[in-house]
Amino acid sequence: MCRLQRGAHKHMTKFVIRRMLQAIPTLFGISILVYAIMLATPGGPVAALTFSPDVTPQERAALAAQLGINDPWYVQYLRWLLGDDWMRFDSDGDGIADTAYLIPLDADGDGQPEPPGKRRGILRGDFGSSFYHGRRHVIEVIFERLGATFELGAASLVVGLTIGIPVGVLAAVNRGGPFDNFTRIVSVIFNAFPVFWLGLILLLIFGGTGLGLLPMGNRCGLVLVGGCPPFYQRLEYLVLPTFVIAAGFLAVYSRFMRASVLDVGTQDYIRTARAKGLSGRMVWFRHGLRNALIPIATLLGPSVTGVLSGAVVTENIFSWPGVGRLAVSSLQQRDYPTVMAIVMLASITTILGYLLSDMLYALIDPRIRLR
Amino acid sequence: MTSPDATRLDTRNTAGEAQASPSLLQLALRRLWRDRLSMVAIGVLLFLTLLCFGAPIINILTGTNSRNIVSDSFLPPLSPGHILGTDDIGRDHLARLLEAGQVSLSIGFLAALMALAIGVSIGLLAGFIGGHLDDAVIWFITTLNSIPLLFIILLIAAFLRPNATTLILALGLFGWTGTARLVRGEAIALREREFIISARASGAGNLRLMFAHVLPNQLSIILINLAIDIGIIILVEATLSFLGFGVQPPQPTWGNMLTESRSFMYYGPHLVFWPGFLIFVTVLCLYVLGDGLRDAFDPTTID
Repeated sequence: MCRLQRGAHKHMTKFVIRRMLQAIPTLFGISILVYAIMLATPGGPVAALTFSPDVTPQERAALAAQLGINDPWYVQYLRWLLGDDWMRFDSDGDGIADTAYLIPLDADGDGQPEPPGKRRGILRGDFGSSFYHGRRHVIEVIFERLGATFELGAASLVVGLTIGIPVGVLAAVNRGGPFDNFTRIVSVIFNAFPVFWLGLILLLIFGGTGLGLLPMGNRCGLVLVGGCPPFYQRLEYLVLPTFVIAAGFLAVYSRFMRASVLDVGTQDYIRTARAKGLSGRMVWFRHGLRNALIPIATLLGPSVTGVLSGAVVTENIFSWPGVGRLAVSSLQQRDYPTVMAIVMLASITTILGYLLSDMLYALIDPRIRLR
Repeated sequence: MTSPDATRLDTRNTAGEAQASPSLLQLALRRLWRDRLSMVAIGVLLFLTLLCFGAPIINILTGTNSRNIVSDSFLPPLSPGHILGTDDIGRDHLARLLEAGQVSLSIGFLAALMALAIGVSIGLLAGFIGGHLDDAVIWFITTLNSIPLLFIILLIAAFLRPNATTLILALGLFGWTGTARLVRGEAIALREREFIISARASGAGNLRLMFAHVLPNQLSIILINLAIDIGIIILVEATLSFLGFGVQPPQPTWGNMLTESRSFMYYGPHLVFWPGFLIFVTVLCLYVLGDGLRDAFDPTTID
């Protein structure tokens, strides 16, 4: 169906490169915004550190000097972005810092130069060490939880698509009929349903003291060694959280699909197909449905945002050990490095989602010209 | 399609005559009046608002208030004097729900108004003036939109420990991009229309063109967006409160009441039911109203 015309690959490559370049100023803006919000916080990271049991007083003092709390804001921002291993370093190899740009060699004024900078900055993938989690690297801590969130997100997308699309098609075919009206009402209701309330109500009905059919939360039962078993062995844990996130997708996909099918129905090629005598079913499935599916590709971008925001709430209700739950606990503990890393990664994921969305759309719809 | 501008000139010219053609707004209001679902939504919203802000009167009638501890444990629903029962420490549930409603509704309405004012001004300026200003605005909107709204607000809320006022400011300051984008698009489309060109020819300046000619033609977009934005903001605020980053207890909001009752939900399911139900009904009515407004303002609708 999507045979690429000659030269289309070249266009696609150009398009992807251009969009990537366009994402640079956006990411730059995001980093400034996120950093500004953090700087505007009363107390700031060092005050937050006093609450952490994982940080010793020596470490705290060292960190205050390392974070350069007294440096001007743009130096602090540069340190976060590009690291400080080029700001203060050891040029003659004796292990003592002797050269410094932008920041003083001796930050705490004790006559001794500070140790050479070790931060490499977020541009080089160094989001710093968490204030908690045994002071491990933030990226490590996040990556451990990425699988759980991905599992939940993928499951809810699959459920949303496999139910939402057929429902939308049926609603369009029975336009104005009872099924159409019913799905319209259900989708408005799903849209207005507070995610957390839906989660609590479902727990009340299906979990624990309710019907007792489904577990109260967590990704799997108690395991002493290793992680959870593969997902098909613990589907009962996935049901409720997946449905809670998928409810919103169901509402959006079914409505979108309905509109798309109705739109395709008015196109000339459908009239042509009818005119040449094809049966109604052939017209719908061979010509209609395929084309009606194309715009669904544009929903991928917004869906990424949906998964990310949905995960924050849902993982908290169902104690799902993913990034969303980490985000909330890090916010509660004021674990700045982790929070900023999660927000930056969420933004990058969103941007990639939209990029992928546009690429898919262009790939499967030959009418779209990439510029 | 008649633009309000055209009809206003019309009515001015034909003032005193018996029949002035109805303006777009009048037509839309007439359609809205006949749309039963929208009228039910408006009715429910008005009823809820009156109920919440009439709480002091209701409290006098029922002889209780949201802070009084009237029993030392749960009272079930339909207890004498406490229709919805009490929460775990014995405060009247209805009184708390109504007081929480005041906060949730005010935050939703005020933050949406603020977002609207910012969004409309920025959208108008960017769309009407265009050029580098437009590029800068688009860059800023793209940037803001790339961070999921919940994450920005969470970031601000968690670090600033907010009260109702800072929450309104945060939601207003970061919730305007959708409106701005729509208003900008419309402004670009309207910029080259004949009535704008003729107004410019008769000496209207940019500001006058923007606010007296372009803005009234965007009334429908603005109203539809306002209804839906209030809904979205109420949902975001409730989510924040639920996660513990919104308005802090003892000030109740629908979101933080859900959090508080979460640990006792098996003993008092009614405590979990009502706050969520009120959020749901409010947001549902606002979405329905937004849809109704869209249909009412749609010039292709046939009466």
